[in-house]
Amino acid sequence: MKEIFAIFQKELKTSYYSLIAYIVIGLFTAIAGYFFFSQLSYFVEMAFREMMMAQQYRMQPRPMNVNLMLVRPFFGILATISLFFLPIITMRLYSEEKRLGTVELLYTTPITPTQIIIGKFLSGVALYIVLLIPSMLFQVLLFVYGSPEFWPIFSGYLGLILMGSAFIALGLFISTTTENQIISAIGGFALLLILWVIGFSASFAGSTLGSVLSYVSIINHFEDFSQGVIDTSHVAYYLLLISVGIYFSTKMIESVKWRA
Amino acid sequence: MIDVEGLTRYYGEKRAISDVSFHVKEGEILGMLGPNAAGKTTTMRILTCFMPPTSGKATIDGYDIFEHSMDVRRITGYLPENPPLYTDMSVTDYLDFVAKLKGIDKTKRKSEVDSVVEKAALGDVQSRIIGKLSKGFKQRVGLAQSLLNNPKIVILDEPTVGLDPKQIIEIRELIKNLRGEHTVILSSHILPEIEQTCERVVIINDGRVVAEDTPENLMIHLKGGERTQLQVEGKEADVKKALKSIKEIKSLETKADQKGIINVMVESEKDIRKMLAKNIVNEGLGLLELSTDRFTLEDIFLHLTTKEEEVA
Repeated sequence: MKEIFAIFQKELKTSYYSLIAYIVIGLFTAIAGYFFFSQLSYFVEMAFREMMMAQQYRMQPRPMNVNLMLVRPFFGILATISLFFLPIITMRLYSEEKRLGTVELLYTTPITPTQIIIGKFLSGVALYIVLLIPSMLFQVLLFVYGSPEFWPIFSGYLGLILMGSAFIALGLFISTTTENQIISAIGGFALLLILWVIGFSASFAGSTLGSVLSYVSIINHFEDFSQGVIDTSHVAYYLLLISVGIYFSTKMIESVKWRA
Repeated sequence: MIDVEGLTRYYGEKRAISDVSFHVKEGEILGMLGPNAAGKTTTMRILTCFMPPTSGKATIDGYDIFEHSMDVRRITGYLPENPPLYTDMSVTDYLDFVAKLKGIDKTKRKSEVDSVVEKAALGDVQSRIIGKLSKGFKQRVGLAQSLLNNPKIVILDEPTVGLDPKQIIEIRELIKNLRGEHTVILSSHILPEIEQTCERVVIINDGRVVAEDTPENLMIHLKGGERTQLQVEGKEADVKKALKSIKEIKSLETKADQKGIINVMVESEKDIRKMLAKNIVNEGLGLLELSTDRFTLEDIFLHLTTKEEEVA
């Protein structure tokens, strides 16, 4: 446990001192902010139109749902941006150790491969949560000027963090396979993208294969979360992906040791 | 302290080391000598549990490197050929992290780090970023890291490679200071280094142990003997005649230069300087210079390793 924490702390410290973490957080926030702004403008315009209509026909304006019209699509956008940004967080997680030769330190001190991988995984998750904090502040604005429901926002972030953790576990696995960060980033992105789009072909793949494909698809499990539903089967799916990523990362560094 | 028995390691089809065996006593500094790609790093990586051997076994302080890998790692400090440094950390942050990896308690960590900083003479640079340090300092940080937790065994893979002469001397002094407190294995392909720092030498060539002894014994017994150089004024034939009667001479080479001075090279088992001088002077020749040089480890090394090649 102490060893896991040592790795975790070291990774966060490295991120704190490295430019790349700030660039990722800055750009992620900027892009998320842009989408939030445009969505909010659209919402305000719709509300304005609704008021005009109501005035014209002398009736009560129809109520508009902030959660449905703004929060839900915004979560979809956050998920999509995460798909692009998380491989950048995971690319150096292990590749950097290989490039620096510090694997020789890790393998010759009393720390197990599982401890190394879990420490690194948790540091990735922590950084992802930091990445999401500015977008949470955007949502606070909604509470200041309106009255959205809280729980769908909570479940949306829970879903995002679970999905992001699965991305990080898989990205970490790709990172253990290479010492080249570019290959690591591209490989991680490609793997996530495949898992993302594989559900698209479910509709014409036949009933059995189709249901398998749509189950495997990483984004299908996210939709319920953004609607405020916490379904244990979706939680289980993401936990499964996380375990698979961590298991294969551990096996990969063990096997490299045997082959080296 | 360290018992290595028949270690063999293959990388795919290629054999890196084969049947390597040697022993190291407690507190001893063992030098591992061999040309590049002889199998030194492979042997060290096996001993530090970086990778397992294909066959053979080794125990360190009674712990088997395979069965009790974690115990071995706890009592071993290792400096790989390229020091494993996080270049964007400061020296103390890095040492603190390694101390955590080695499982040093929070209460002792600060004093442990301070003590290795002192041992490796890193006081002036301890808050600097490692990436900005010179190669010599980086090497010292690597060495400091290997000394954390006061390991019984310290394994150093080519600790002076790529350093300038002054830095080399400094690192060697640091290593000499480890004598007695730690059992040290040190690899090098530079001979004077081994001669100066090590009590015993294992010579490895092409993945096999070719010789194992003290540097002195290797020099005296293995190839053995003395080499004496003389400068004599006179004729080459007279010189040969004068030295003919000395039975101890194993080989004799003469070479005349333009000024009529003859350079003589004599190899023998014992010190025969007196006899040489007497015979030359008695013959009426002018003895200008007489000097002796023993076989260096370098000669033995070359001899052993080239011989090995001929067999193969």
